[in-house]
Amino acid sequence: MNIEQPHALDRRPMSAEPSSKTTAPSPDLGTRLRALTAHRATWPLLALVIILIVDGIIAPGFFTIRIVGGRLFGSPIDILYRAMPTALIALGMAVVIGSKGIDLSVGSIVAVVGATIAWRIHAGDPHFVILLTALAVGLLCGMWNGFLVAVLNIQPIIATLILMVSGRGIGLMINLIYGGTDPSFQSPLLQGLSVGSIGLIPTRLILFAGLFAVLWFVIRRTALGLFIESVGANAAAANLAGINARLVTFSVYLISGLCTAWAGIILTADVHTSDPVSVALFSELDAILAVVIGGGSLAGGRIYLGMTLLGALVIQTLATSILMSGLPPEYNLLVKAVVVLFVLLLQSNNARDAVFTIFRRRKG
Amino acid sequence: MKERYLPLMATIAVFLALFVTGGIFYKHFFSTLVLGHILADNAFIIIAAIGTTFVILSGGIDLSIGSMIGFVGVTMAFLDTQGWHPLASAAVLLAFGLLFGACQGFIIDFCGIQAFIVTLAGLFMLRGACFMVSLDSVPIRHPFVGVFADASIPLPDGGFLASSAIVMLVVLAVAIVIAHFTRFGTNVYAIGGDRTSAILMGVPIRRTTVMIYALGGFYSALGGVIYALYTSSGYPLAGTGNELNAIAAVVLGGTLLTGGVGMVAGTLFGGMILGLIATLIIFNGSLNGAWIMISSGVLLFLFIVMQRSLVGSFNLRRTA
Repeated sequence: MNIEQPHALDRRPMSAEPSSKTTAPSPDLGTRLRALTAHRATWPLLALVIILIVDGIIAPGFFTIRIVGGRLFGSPIDILYRAMPTALIALGMAVVIGSKGIDLSVGSIVAVVGATIAWRIHAGDPHFVILLTALAVGLLCGMWNGFLVAVLNIQPIIATLILMVSGRGIGLMINLIYGGTDPSFQSPLLQGLSVGSIGLIPTRLILFAGLFAVLWFVIRRTALGLFIESVGANAAAANLAGINARLVTFSVYLISGLCTAWAGIILTADVHTSDPVSVALFSELDAILAVVIGGGSLAGGRIYLGMTLLGALVIQTLATSILMSGLPPEYNLLVKAVVVLFVLLLQSNNARDAVFTIFRRRKG
Repeated sequence: MKERYLPLMATIAVFLALFVTGGIFYKHFFSTLVLGHILADNAFIIIAAIGTTFVILSGGIDLSIGSMIGFVGVTMAFLDTQGWHPLASAAVLLAFGLLFGACQGFIIDFCGIQAFIVTLAGLFMLRGACFMVSLDSVPIRHPFVGVFADASIPLPDGGFLASSAIVMLVVLAVAIVIAHFTRFGTNVYAIGGDRTSAILMGVPIRRTTVMIYALGGFYSALGGVIYALYTSSGYPLAGTGNELNAIAAVVLGGTLLTGGVGMVAGTLFGGMILGLIATLIIFNGSLNGAWIMISSGVLLFLFIVMQRSLVGSFNLRRTA
């Protein structure tokens, strides 16, 4: 006994638009509900809402936002603030995954960018130049990954594994170049970009919004997004259709490198020091999780930028609520895993069908 | 010589070249003592990598290895403080590893979720479980640990084969038999080589997938047991990042990540190559740990490029 699921909604032609247009003139409630369960935004959004409701119950005043010291203050702002580095990395990852690739080296890129920043500050470069250097380093790392994947045709997971394995070592070597005894630094510009605020709003939120808008424009309002998705769906067919699959593949790693470099600047300036060994540990896994919670398939062919941001917010909200609930932070990973598994099971048609079938049988 | 032995031959050649290089540069390097130590030190990661070889041969991936090693170790140490015999807790934990892997395999096949993500959740889950068992390093004080550590087979020229290395070689032999002389092994290669054809040929996909990940879970749990006995302690952060070392060992061993091509024996040499790099850098003395990461990355790069050209020139795999 199999309930028919409108899977077709998931596989609609490439479009960032939600599928709300498909609602027929006054369909019955059951059809509507089923269409809703199949919509990709439903489950992650439901997860986020449930976590937030639980937060509201366990922590009174969770949603209060006050102004302290000239900037907005409160748990929702804190979640947004802390989610930014993960969200940045996840956006790049979403683009890479859209091309049927994966970038395991993002944590290492953050380490290399951080070490470069500390090194150039010790060398006495102007801080604006250092900012550009850091972005250039991220771009360079992306070029290396892109070269391996697009030119040498190495599987993405392996190609980026190389930089993942060696990147933190490179970061440590850069630390050693200038002595390495004290990689801490002060930089008003970088710290302003990371922990400062413009008016009431933290700077990193404003910069993220800007970057998100640019990326959204490039992916959704130029042909590049379409090219990436078609290469991800079927590289050979895309090539026959006249798309330079190699160039497109190369470009996604550049985008990922740039986004990650920006996250690296935020993370490094936040702690005023370069720590290649433990900075952004597991960030590649968090970023991939954000993409997957956001409904992106590792099989490629789809880029959901907004949904990825939602995924990153789910992850951070979860982490924050574990802290607030009084559970030891060690439970963070376990709870994260359980929630992720739950979201994944909900997204799986097979598992959903099994649950529906069991419920049907119970009813008679 | 069959073409499918080429990557294995290349791996062994690199291993020998590195070993001879070490012998030329450093006195006392070229000895059974050093070889025995490399085998003993890397036994746990090679054991886990042997299990991963099956997973990768089937075209999947298992990221939960490192956390499994940590969880098994810290739980063994905890059970030791409760008065359990290490062998008893090892048996329980091996069964747990088998079951955990089987669950992962079932979710992967039944829900149609990528192995990467399911085992990633497994990674988080087990690492979280580590922290719930203990936040500190816990020593294992049972006398059996000493007995295990002392057991060894002497080799000519002053070296010895430690008990962990012996266990590793035994399970390697078992894995070679499973991979190359059983129906299950053939099914693994079939699924990895061409999944659609395997389905059409009547290979039981779900049963095989569950068994593959169960085997992977069992081997990584065994790696954790050996690691705990070898270091005589459990540490909740043990094995962090080892999943990638295991995958690197498999790749260096000549197994294609796309699945279907490779040999279990290659993984032994892949793991030994990683161990050799670390040993060479320790012998040098003037290089720091960062060089281990960088040179592992460089070697991985060279190997993958070599594999690609081999695949291209000998057509090891049509679709690769």
